[in-house]
Amino acid sequence: MGDTLSFAITHTTTYSFDQPVKYALQQLRMFPRNGHGQRVVDWKTTVTGGQKQVAFDDQFMNRTELVRLDPGAIRVEIVSEGVVEVEDRNGVIGKHSGYTPLWLYAEPTPMTAAGNTVRKMAGQIRADCAEMDDIARMHELATRVSEAVKYQTGHTDAETTAEMALTAGHGVCQDQAHVMIAVARQLGYPARYVSGYLFMDGQVNQDASHAWCEVWTESLGWIGFDVANQICPDARYVRVAAGRDYGDAAPIQGVRHGAGDEQLQVSLQVQQ
Amino acid sequence: MMLGKTAGGLFWMFRYLERAENTARLLEAGWHMALNRSSTASNEWQSVVTTAGVLNAYNQKHDEFSASRVIDFLLRDKDNPSSVMNSIDLARSNARQVRTALSSEVWEATNECWMILKQELARPVAERNLHDLLSTIRYRTSVVRGALYGTMLRNDIFAFSRLGTFLERADNTARILDVKYYLLLPSASFVGSSIDNVQWEVILHSVSAQRSYRWLHGGDISAQGIVDFLVFDRRMPRSLAFCAAETVRYLEQLEQEYGTRQESQILAERMSERMSQNTIESVFQNGLHEFLAEFIADTTQLAKHIEQDFSFYG
Amino acid sequence: MTTTPPCFDEMLISQDQVRDPYSDYYDWFSKEDLKRLRLKSAEAEAFFRKIGITFNVYGQDEADERLIPFDIVPRIISSREWARLERGIDQRVRAINAFLHDIYHRQEILRAGRIPAELIARNAAFLPEMMGVNPPGGVYSHIAGIDLVRTGEDDFFVLEDNVRTPSGVSYMLENRETMLQMFPELFTRMKIRPVSAYPRLLRRSLSNCAPENSPNRKPVVAVLTPGIHNSAYFEHAFLADQMGAELVESTDLSVVDGRIAMRTTQGFQPVDVIYRRVDDAYLDPLNFNPESLLGVPGIMDVYRAGNITLANAPGTGIADDKALYSYMPDIIEFYTGEQAILKNVPTWRCSEADSLAYVLEHLSELVVKEVHGSGGYGMLVGPAANKKELSDFEAKLRAKPANYIAQPTLALSTVPILAKSGLAPRHVDLRPFVLVSPNKIDITPGGLTRVALKQGSLVVNSSQGGGTKDTWVLGD
Repeated sequence: MGDTLSFAITHTTTYSFDQPVKYALQQLRMFPRNGHGQRVVDWKTTVTGGQKQVAFDDQFMNRTELVRLDPGAIRVEIVSEGVVEVEDRNGVIGKHSGYTPLWLYAEPTPMTAAGNTVRKMAGQIRADCAEMDDIARMHELATRVSEAVKYQTGHTDAETTAEMALTAGHGVCQDQAHVMIAVARQLGYPARYVSGYLFMDGQVNQDASHAWCEVWTESLGWIGFDVANQICPDARYVRVAAGRDYGDAAPIQGVRHGAGDEQLQVSLQVQQ
Repeated sequence: MMLGKTAGGLFWMFRYLERAENTARLLEAGWHMALNRSSTASNEWQSVVTTAGVLNAYNQKHDEFSASRVIDFLLRDKDNPSSVMNSIDLARSNARQVRTALSSEVWEATNECWMILKQELARPVAERNLHDLLSTIRYRTSVVRGALYGTMLRNDIFAFSRLGTFLERADNTARILDVKYYLLLPSASFVGSSIDNVQWEVILHSVSAQRSYRWLHGGDISAQGIVDFLVFDRRMPRSLAFCAAETVRYLEQLEQEYGTRQESQILAERMSERMSQNTIESVFQNGLHEFLAEFIADTTQLAKHIEQDFSFYG
Repeated sequence: MTTTPPCFDEMLISQDQVRDPYSDYYDWFSKEDLKRLRLKSAEAEAFFRKIGITFNVYGQDEADERLIPFDIVPRIISSREWARLERGIDQRVRAINAFLHDIYHRQEILRAGRIPAELIARNAAFLPEMMGVNPPGGVYSHIAGIDLVRTGEDDFFVLEDNVRTPSGVSYMLENRETMLQMFPELFTRMKIRPVSAYPRLLRRSLSNCAPENSPNRKPVVAVLTPGIHNSAYFEHAFLADQMGAELVESTDLSVVDGRIAMRTTQGFQPVDVIYRRVDDAYLDPLNFNPESLLGVPGIMDVYRAGNITLANAPGTGIADDKALYSYMPDIIEFYTGEQAILKNVPTWRCSEADSLAYVLEHLSELVVKEVHGSGGYGMLVGPAANKKELSDFEAKLRAKPANYIAQPTLALSTVPILAKSGLAPRHVDLRPFVLVSPNKIDITPGGLTRVALKQGSLVVNSSQGGGTKDTWVLGD
C-alpha cells in the first residue's frame, strides 16, 4: 500500500437570507467516514445561527445531522473541520458492508435513470470492451465519460440528471459521476456516488467540495473512479458521504418556509 | 393541553355562529322596518348591508338595494363572505377541525344546524318564508349555545369559544350603533325634527333588545337611553360593556389555567376599564362616532393579540 | 359483475334451514315486523348523518359528503369459526412483522432465495431509508386490517393484507353502537363479543411503543391527519377522540429540541407516538416528496434518531404489495416455521411467462389486478367484461405483464341484507382489525363486514357502491 497523507480541512458554508427565517431545517452529511484506508483523527461540525436537533447514521452509514435554523436568523454558518489521514490504496475500497444490499446500487434513481444517450454509451462499451475484465472496462468507461462530458461549470445544477448532462456534453464533477454511475448500472454494475474533498497540490484555498463515483466488481469490491481527473482516488481524496446519487450524499439539504432568496457561499481550506 | 390550531378553530367556530345569528337579526330588523314603511326602503336596506360590513361586496354585484336582493345576498350568496350560509359553512368546518375538543352534543347540534340550513338555503327564500327561516337560524344557533353551556367543561375550550362569541358580538353591536350614530346624536333631537321611531326600533330590534329596553326604560325611547343601554349597561348581554367584561373574564380564566398573563389580557382590561370610566355624557362630548371607531379598532387589535398569544397559527 | 348462485350463504342453508350461528337471530327476525325494521333502517341513516360519519368524495365540493350505506342485518360468526380465523390472523401478522424487520435489516429471506430480490428492488413501497432502522418496541405494523373472503363452510381466504394505514375501524365501532341502540334486546338475548375495547387497546398498543427516552411522564400520542378534506377525516377525528389523543395536521408540528413537538396554546409539547394517516411518500418533504404539504419536514430524521414512534412504521407497504402477496405462504413458513393457517387466493404472477400465457388464455374467467392499485380501481373482472374491455385489457397486460397478477373469480359467500322484499343475499368480505404491541397481538372479535349492495355484485368497496354491516362474533 502507498503513502499516507494527513490533512487539516476547514469547510465553511454560509447561507444569507433576504428575509429573516421563519422555520427552516438543514440536513448535514459532512462527517468523513472512518475505514478503507481513511482515518478520521478529529472532526467536528459547528453551526452558528441554528441548533443541532438529532444525529444518526443513515442507510449508507453517512453520519447525518439535522439542524434547525434559529427563528429570525438572516445568516447561518456551518463549519465542518478536522484532521483526516488517508492512505493511498489506488482507489480500492473493497468489500461491501452495511445493511444496504448491493442490488440497491444497481437500481437506477431519477437522477441516474438511463435514457437513449446513456443506453447508447452502455451499448458501445458492451460491444467495444467485451474482452476486457471488469476493471479495465470501468477505466475505459471513465475515460469515455470524461470525453463525452467536458468539464465546464455554469451549465448544470443540482437538478441535472445523468441523461441530460450526457446529452448536453458538458457538466461538473457531479454530472460526470452521475453519468458514469448511470452507464455502469446499465451494464449491470452496482455503482455509487461519493462526495468528499480533493487536495489539489500546492493550493490552500480549494474551489469546492468534490464528487466522484465507485463501482463494485466481483474481484475487488468497491473501486473509486474520479472521472473529472481521470484517476482512481489516491491519498489526496477524503471520502465524506456516499449514496445512490447526489441526493443521498449531498453535504447539505434543506427546507425553508417563507419567502425571500438566499445566497450561498462556500470556502474550503485544505492543508497538509 | 390544547393545540393552538384547536384554540383558533373554537374561537372562529363561535365567531362564525355569532355572525350568522347577527346577520339573521339584522335582516329581521330590516324586514320589520320595510313592512312598517310605505315609502321606498332602499336607504334602509343599504344601511343593513353596511352594518353587516359587506357593502363593497354587495356593490360589486348589484347596483340597487331591494329587499329580495339584499335578503338573498345576506342569506346565501357565495360572493358574500359573511352570508349566513357561508358563516355556517365556516362554523361547521371549524367544528370539524376541532371535533375532538367538542362534546358530541355540541358537534351534533352544529352539524344539524348546517344540514338544515344547507337544505333551507339551497334556493332563494321567498319573502313569505323569511320570518320562519330567520327563526330557524336563531333557534339552531341557540341549540349549539345550549349544548355548549349544558355539556362542556368550563376549561380553556369553553374560554376560547366564548372569546370568539364576545369579540364578534362586541364588533357587531358597535357597528350597528356606528352606522346609525347620526340618529343618536343629541343634535338630532335638539333640532326638533320628528324622531323616527321606526329607526330606533330597528336598532333595538337588530340586537333583539326592544323588549328588554322597554322593560327597563318604559316607553321612554331616547337617544341617550339607547346609547346608554347598548354601550354601558352591563345587564344587557349585547352591550359593549358586557362583551368587554366577558372577554376579560375568560382571559382571566385562561390566565388561571395556564399560569401566564398575556398581552391580550392587558388590552382587554384596558378596554373594559374605559367602559367604566366613560359616561354617556363624555362619549357624546368627545364624539360617539370616534368612540365607536376606537372601540372597533381595539376589538380587532385584541383579536389579533389573542391569536398570537395562544399560537392559533404557526 | 354478477355470478350465478349457488354461493355459500352464511345464514340460510335452504329456504327453511338456518345455519347455527344465525338461529337465534333468525328466530327473532321472523317475529319482527318488516315495517318496523325499515323504519329502524332509516333511523340508522339519519343517525349516521347527524354524527357526521361521512366520507368525502375527492374532487367534489364539501356538500358531497357521502354516507356509506349501513345494513341492519348483522353478519354472525360462531366462536369456533372465529378461533380459527384468529389463529390464522395472528400467525400472519407475526410473520409480516418479522418479514418487515428482516427486509429492512439483513434480508435473509432474499439471501435464502425464497423471494426474488427484484420484487423488492423495483418496488416503490420499499423504503431504503428504513434500512437498519429499529422502530421503538420493534413493531412495524402496529395496526393491520386483513381482508378475508369466504367461499364455503371451512374455506376462508386472505384477499389482501392491509398493513399501511388500514381504514374502516370507525365503521366497525359505530355500526356496533348503532345496533346496540336500535336492538338492545338482541344483545341481551345473544352472547355477542364486544368490540368497544378497540380504542383503549389502540392507545395502549401505541403507548407501549413510545420511545424510551421521552421527556414526557406519560406517552403523548397524536393522530396525524391530512386534514378535514381527506376522505377518512371522520375516522381520524373519531379515533383521536376515542383514544384521548390529539388530532394534528402537519402545520401543528415542528422539530423542537430534537423531537417532534406540537404547537399548543402554551408553547410546544413534545409528541412520543404519531399514528399517522399520511402515506409514506407525503410524510416528510425533506426526505421524500419535496412537494408534499401534508408532511412534516425532518420527521424521518427524528424517527431515525429514535426520538419519535411512527405507526405504522414507514415502509410497511412492502409487505402488503400485491406483487408479494402470492409469496405470503412462503413468508409465513420462513419466519414461523409453520404452514399458513389462512389460505391465499391462488394467484398467477403475470411476470412469469407460463402464468401470463395461462392468464391470457383464460382472461374471461379471471380477476386481473394491478400490482400497485387499490380500492378496486384498474382491475379487470373477466366474467363481467365485454369483448372490447377484454381486448383492451389484454393489450395493457401484454405491454406490461409484471404490473399484473390474476386470480380466479371467487364465489364469495353471501349474507342477507334487508332489501325491499325482505331478506336478500348479497356478497360480503371481512376486515378484522389487529393491534400489535411489543409482546402482544390483539384482534378485535369481528371487524368490518363490507357488503356489495347490488344483487350479484362482487365489488364491496365503499367507493363503488358497497355498504357495511355489523359483525358479531358469538361468545362460547
